Amino acid sequence: MTDLAKPAPRTWGRDALRWDTVVGALLVVLLVLSFSFVDNFGNALNLSFLIGNTLPIALIALPMTMLVVSGEIDLSVGSTVGLSGAVMGKLWNEGMAIETIIPICVLLGVVCGLVNGLLVTRLGLPSLAVTIGTLAAYRGIAQIVLGSNSVTDFPQQYLDFSSGRIGGTFIPQAAVPWAVLLVIAVVVLHATPVGRSLFAVGASQEAARFAGVRVKRLKLSMFVATGTVSALTGVFWALHYASARYDNATGLELSVIAGVLLGGIDFDGGKGTLGGAIAGVFLLGALQNVMSLVNVSAQSQTLITGVLLVISVLAPRVARQAGRARARRKSAEAPPPAVLATT
Amino acid sequence: MSIRTAPARRIAAAVAVVSVVALGAAACGGTTKDSSSGSSSAPSAGSTASVDPNAPVKKGLTIAYLPKQVNNPYFTTSDNGGKKAVEAAGSTYKEVGTSSGTDTAGQVSYVNTLTQQQVSAIAVSAQDPGALCTALNQARKNGVKVVTYDSDTNPTCRDVFISQASSEDLGRTEVQLMAKQIGNKGQIAILSAAQTATNQNAWIGFMKDELKKPEYKDIQLVKVAYGNDDAQQSFQQTQGLLQQYPNLKGIISPTTVGIKAAAQYLSGSKYKGKVQLTGLGTPNDMRAYVNNGTVQSFELWDPAKLGALAGYTAIALASGQISGAPGQTYTAGDMGSFTIGQDSTVVLGKPTVFDKANIAQFNF
Repeated sequence: MTDLAKPAPRTWGRDALRWDTVVGALLVVLLVLSFSFVDNFGNALNLSFLIGNTLPIALIALPMTMLVVSGEIDLSVGSTVGLSGAVMGKLWNEGMAIETIIPICVLLGVVCGLVNGLLVTRLGLPSLAVTIGTLAAYRGIAQIVLGSNSVTDFPQQYLDFSSGRIGGTFIPQAAVPWAVLLVIAVVVLHATPVGRSLFAVGASQEAARFAGVRVKRLKLSMFVATGTVSALTGVFWALHYASARYDNATGLELSVIAGVLLGGIDFDGGKGTLGGAIAGVFLLGALQNVMSLVNVSAQSQTLITGVLLVISVLAPRVARQAGRARARRKSAEAPPPAVLATT
Repeated sequence: MSIRTAPARRIAAAVAVVSVVALGAAACGGTTKDSSSGSSSAPSAGSTASVDPNAPVKKGLTIAYLPKQVNNPYFTTSDNGGKKAVEAAGSTYKEVGTSSGTDTAGQVSYVNTLTQQQVSAIAVSAQDPGALCTALNQARKNGVKVVTYDSDTNPTCRDVFISQASSEDLGRTEVQLMAKQIGNKGQIAILSAAQTATNQNAWIGFMKDELKKPEYKDIQLVKVAYGNDDAQQSFQQTQGLLQQYPNLKGIISPTTVGIKAAAQYLSGSKYKGKVQLTGLGTPNDMRAYVNNGTVQSFELWDPAKLGALAGYTAIALASGQISGAPGQTYTAGDMGSFTIGQDSTVVLGKPTVFDKANIAQFNF
């Protein structure tokens, strides 16, 4: 039972080839090159724009990583962001205090996550199909709630918080709560039994169940966490861009998933690290920022992101296979261990 | 056993922490819509002391156009007008923008990018009056001049607004055109763009006011529909209007995308020539429908001139000839002299009415 929960022992040679390390290195290279060669990249204002624009993606990437590690996916996150913003705008127009609205929106996220989670775990439907459905449904509800209105007159101190920076630095104020959530997520995924169970479920649901993991309940809680964080992101989004609209964050799910997959989280579940996912998210964010600064058109940016997504699904597999080939070469010298045959 | 019970509890704890963070962010006190002014703290329009009406026109500036939607024929025409004006004045023109007409977050990102690139001025057509304010004011703090054209932001967020024609003129004349076409009698509907579009709503306000006049007592406005400046949505909204109101006599569409989509639907339906259509359109878009009898007359300003005036105004601002304060006068290249009016607004001129007799003379 404990053997299953433990991550496989690593060796130095394989570590160097691990995809998340590669992505982290790519991010560093991109940043160094941009600081050196891209005009206006390195100033505090631009860096704050870069981080601020990437924060919604980075927020949702935290629970999404865990969900994908467990072998599921949530495509409805962008719509949940929109729904949360729409409800926020509607209630604000009705005269409710914003301090009351924010917890209501978070609660709404819990409900959205529960719906996704229950449909997947109780009815045994594939999460891809379920959340494509709720992607449309939540967006539809958002449009019913707010119509095509946009609400922009939120209180100044909240707008200032969500677009403001800490003193004269480049760090957005909103990055602080995100950093807190990041620490929580890293601890949960990489240093608790919950995290080990998630990897176990992603690797083999059946094996995990026989090992005593309550698979359904675990998955349900992950969907709830994703819905909750998405709704929180919806609040942030509406304040950051000073615009609550039903079509806020359309297509955000693709950016989140692109970042997470680019960061080396295996689409089939069971493999990856949060560090890699966050590196992937910020790699895409930085790339987009740089492309805008050097006047790459929006269409080309979409194309480049798409190509990167394909690479990000392919490359970790190639890297793993290369790693295995190397292990095989090594083991050819020594007597081959029987375990390798199973992978 | 620990694995059995731990996950749910830990996750519940994580969810609780998330909620606490949210509540923490909510801070103290109850801020409601009524208790806050909502409008942003804008830097005051540049001090008049530094303005010199006789300052030379600066060369080598960069003027960036940020239309509501790129590749929209209307904005292509207006921005090309801007390009000519900017390049004639010895400066550099560039255009950026989103491919959707309702992507407010995208527009905010573009304003931020242009601030980064330290352009001299931004000419922007705002998708939303409030959403751009924080970003535009940040741009202004970094020395970028802001001109709005076609669709305004809140006046505190820009230096000058270039109005295509006064909203009052446009709103009232569209009702007058429609009234003439349907003989002052019957049900009419409006097919607008986005429900948030500032300019559309201002015109619709004047249309409703004009309809209160006694000569229009037999005209009944039954519905305002929204096609979101999307050809397909506008087409479907037109279909919907005609099904919902079988006695509909006319549609006013104060948007170039809307009127074209409505004309396209009408010309291929049994309503051609029976249901009148007017509003704002471009001659090139509408030529076929005027010639085949679907549309009698419609109106517009010259968008190329609108874009050019925005460019000249941006250059005048960046050259220090004007600060945007009402009463200041400046020369807009070969377009002559303009004076900044109330709310720092400059009006391009009266709208032009296009019909079978004159449409052949226009090409835009």
